[in-house]
Amino acid sequence: MEFLSFAFVWRALIAGALIAIVTAVLGLFLVLKRLSLIGDSLSHVALSGVALGLLTNTSPIFVAIPVVMASSLGIFKITKHTKVYTDSALGIVSATGIAAGLIIAALAGGFNIDLFSFLFGSILTVSWAELVLAAVLTLLSLAIIYVFYNDLIAIVFDENFATTAGVNTERINTILVLISAAVVVIALRVVGIMLVSAMLIVPPVAALQLAVNFKRALILACVFSIIGVVSGIYLSFAFNLPSGASIIIVDLFILVICALIKKYAFKKRKLTASN
Amino acid sequence: MNLIEVKNLAFAYNSSPVLEDITFAVKPGDFIGLLGHNGSGKTTLIQLILGILKTKEGKIKIMGQKIEKFNQWSKIGYLQQKSAPPSLMPLTAFEVVRLGRVSTKGLPRIFNKIDNKKTQEVMAKTNCLEYKNKLFYELSGGQQQRVLLARAIINNPALIILDEPSTALDASSRGSFFDLISNLNKKDGATILLITHDMAEIGKYINKFFILDKKIIFYGDKQTFCKSPEVANHFGPYTQHIMDHLHTTGPCPFGGHSWE
Ligand SMILES: Nc1ncnc2c1ncn2[C@@H]1O[C@H](COP(=O)(O)OP(=O)(O)OP(=O)(O)O)[C@@H](O)[C@H]1O
Ligand SMILES: [Mg+2]
Repeated sequence: MEFLSFAFVWRALIAGALIAIVTAVLGLFLVLKRLSLIGDSLSHVALSGVALGLLTNTSPIFVAIPVVMASSLGIFKITKHTKVYTDSALGIVSATGIAAGLIIAALAGGFNIDLFSFLFGSILTVSWAELVLAAVLTLLSLAIIYVFYNDLIAIVFDENFATTAGVNTERINTILVLISAAVVVIALRVVGIMLVSAMLIVPPVAALQLAVNFKRALILACVFSIIGVVSGIYLSFAFNLPSGASIIIVDLFILVICALIKKYAFKKRKLTASN
Repeated sequence: MNLIEVKNLAFAYNSSPVLEDITFAVKPGDFIGLLGHNGSGKTTLIQLILGILKTKEGKIKIMGQKIEKFNQWSKIGYLQQKSAPPSLMPLTAFEVVRLGRVSTKGLPRIFNKIDNKKTQEVMAKTNCLEYKNKLFYELSGGQQQRVLLARAIINNPALIILDEPSTALDASSRGSFFDLISNLNKKDGATILLITHDMAEIGKYINKFFILDKKIIFYGDKQTFCKSPEVANHFGPYTQHIMDHLHTTGPCPFGGHSWE
């Protein structure tokens, strides 16, 4: 295959697969915790970070990471200490991110090609430094999720129960939002600011259609996510399409199939039950 | 040593107080029935005791440790009044019960064969093995309740706190449920704090009554409960009704003392 003979394709595939796994695992927890829009919100903040990076001529990704992490803690504090619903807090932070991002971008001389590549993702232009960063952050995030795996499941299931099971709920929630921040920034290189939250939502939601236990949900989400990234990269390369959009379209296609399987299997079960 | 010690506890969600001046102690081996009308503060009180809610007014100690510093969670089993996990949470009944083992784990919080074995055992005890591989959210209310009970007692806790555990259970499972609880109390020596509206049913199992209505109306042995003027005063015209109810569980549920 000609496709696989390019180093940049391999870089994209490796970075993409890593990011596919970490977004799927994290996304499953976020979706179940009704926090799936945090990806949307943080990616908009990332726009400010990226614009700031372009304005100051530093690496956009490296500037975006601390900015987004600080905002993620901000969301957490707002919902914890004030009378604001989580979704409102996400909306507020999201709007702040876009507004600040647009202003900074205007100061930087308007939208240019670099900003566009962050908005829509351009996985085929991933550099070695970015690949290393993605790998380090992915492995670190996955390691942390592994260490606190059942704490995370417990707080998603029920925070009150988690407290009485000795889980430090505040610490686990903080870890969750910080990992979300890191993952959003590394994922936006792949799918772009506009679509990063879809990567956190669509594969886990597809997996939940067919899940019979938690492990299965986790594995399915990862498999779907990897299929999405690999075939998306291929489509992007073969037809010269934006990589982010191609990935998400494949993800959505998988979701539809899962929903149909669920519906069909469910119908069949019902019919056999009534016979 | 007292298992639970509460001193001068007060609490308000907003401005109006829900609990006032609560002081009491629970001794090891007690089986306490916590009663009170809807909104009297029962759930609030145990959530404070367990550190789920926090207050600056008053002191709470469990097993000699201040609740803020408490770390022996595997010795506590808690069954909530309401548990509303996310509607698509893909956990099987087995996985839900096994979550009770989290409090026994160091890092990483990953389960092993022993945890699976304990889960299997406790599910047999609470009669919920037959649906262990079904998703929790696909179970009926009563089945869920049994699963959550199994989770609460999986570590053979020294202190079991149950918030209206029997509401979703059918008559026969209710009987076996109370038998199981009272066995944990008598055989394993677990201390039990049970919130219920089922006065008639619990009379024969418990040894202490705790009547709450923002303040402690009564806390003591069931023998003294029979004769307490505070109780008669609190329940007013319904006192006789309650007594009649209690009598239906046997000739005299309170160890030979009768109501006059
Ligand atoms: N989260 C909350 N926010 C504000 N007020 C609350 C909250 N939870 C409970 N309350 C109020 O506190 C009081 C005590 O409630 P609590 O749930 O402790 O009662 P309860 O004795 O457990 O009642 P029930 O028998 O209905 O379970 C009630 O008046 C209730 O309205
Ligand atoms: Mg209650």
